[in-house]
Amino acid sequence: MAKYLLLKHYRGAPAAVNDVPMEQWTPEEISAHVQYMRDFAARLEQTGEFVDGQALAPEGTWVRYDGEGRPPVTDGPFAETKDLIAGWMIVDVDSYERAVELAGELSAAPGAGGKPIHEWLELRPFYASPPTITE
Amino acid sequence: MDEALLRGLTPSVLAILVRRGADFAAAEDAVQDALVEALRVWPADPPRDPKAWLVTAAWRKFLDATRADAARRRREDLVDEEPPPGPAPAVDDTLQLYFLCAHPSLTPSSAVALTLRAVGGLTTRQIAQAYLVPEATMAQRISRAKRTVSGVRFDQPGDVATVLRVLYLVFNEGYSGDVDLAAEAIRLTRQLAAAIDHPEVAGLLALMLLHHARRKTRMAPDGTLIPLADQDRTRWDTALIAEGVHILQTALSRDRLGEFQAQAAIAALHADAQTAEETDWVQIVEWYDELVRLTDSPVVRLNRAVAIGEADGPQAGLAALALVDPSLPRHTAVAAHLHERAGDLPTAAHLYAEAAQKAPNLAERNHLTRQAARLNLRAAR
Repeated sequence: MAKYLLLKHYRGAPAAVNDVPMEQWTPEEISAHVQYMRDFAARLEQTGEFVDGQALAPEGTWVRYDGEGRPPVTDGPFAETKDLIAGWMIVDVDSYERAVELAGELSAAPGAGGKPIHEWLELRPFYASPPTITE
Repeated sequence: MDEALLRGLTPSVLAILVRRGADFAAAEDAVQDALVEALRVWPADPPRDPKAWLVTAAWRKFLDATRADAARRRREDLVDEEPPPGPAPAVDDTLQLYFLCAHPSLTPSSAVALTLRAVGGLTTRQIAQAYLVPEATMAQRISRAKRTVSGVRFDQPGDVATVLRVLYLVFNEGYSGDVDLAAEAIRLTRQLAAAIDHPEVAGLLALMLLHHARRKTRMAPDGTLIPLADQDRTRWDTALIAEGVHILQTALSRDRLGEFQAQAAIAALHADAQTAEETDWVQIVEWYDELVRLTDSPVVRLNRAVAIGEADGPQAGLAALALVDPSLPRHTAVAAHLHERAGDLPTAAHLYAEAAQKAPNLAERNHLTRQAARLNLRAAR
């Protein structure tokens, strides 16, 4: 029982095998991709492993505190080189191996030519709660 | 209304339905529905005989569901009369439920969820909240688990060891939400101990009680971990300790040692020390030797190195640690602690910082970072 974050990047991940920008796919290929993601999430709900999935808009802003009584400072949009997160899925699984298996399936989502994208996904463990028995 | 009493009736009510011929999955759903109804109705209208009320309500729910199902399948020849109340279920029935819910074909998380619902009488929502997953996900996990065990015969003997592993998981892992999983694990282990006479069941119960006794002192109100040596021992629950020690001694006297009894013996030796300095580390090392013999677990070897460090000095501890797989979680934290005790503060500070990076949870990471900071500050002065 451990939670993992499957993180998908717009930018910043190593190049995928089938690395064609989405706007160059056919509309049918885009639909097939979207359907694959939906089916994947639905399957995880069925197996009792789904926790959350969200997509993020590519626009974003840096924000920081600028001292008492002053509005926060903002900076943006992000420069082109920035590591940019596209979205995530959170799973609750019995083992690390299972998390890797699921990330592999998600990375097989079809892209250009209906072939798997082989996209690199980032897999990050959540911190658990501290165990009761330690000695 | 006493919710614990209500939930305590869950396994026997479920067993009665199964004995009357209901299949486990349908009976379990019916009992869950009856529990939810009881929670709604009882506060205003408490029944004279709670168990009879639950059996009647659950049986009706089962018949309703079966009839709806039968109508769908155009089969109307199923049960329709309420059978006379069956004989009081044998203690055995409760035990069978534990076996079924911890069946080896289930993954650990499924076994935990099914046990908490079918034996513990918790609602799906409560279990979902306890493990921080959506209710729909937990509902699926439970119904899959029920499908997995649907072919298992109810009266088939099971393995106590698998049940103990599930209860240990409930006690040891989980978040601190509205449902007190540690208390629930203790309740379920007590109930199991009443159903079966087995020294390892007693050993696990003793282990839980002895650790539960220290619960208030393990963490500061802000969530900061307080290591065993720094805990306020005057706040340990002496009644729980006395009960745990008594249960353990009775189990040990039967001379069928197992890993939970050995772990409980270590916990009892800690509970016995009025101050950290009075801890009988020599005896604790002997129990770790037993545990190594019983389990050959690398985690046990790691903890044994800590105990040797206390009993025979940090150099002996480091020598024992050298024989433990360094990739083990908390290996670096143990190395840091032993180096600090050996007086090598720069190495210890460095190792604490490294251990913090590898910590499996936030409370430990913060604790280890603070240890590194403490030594770095001392070095700077």
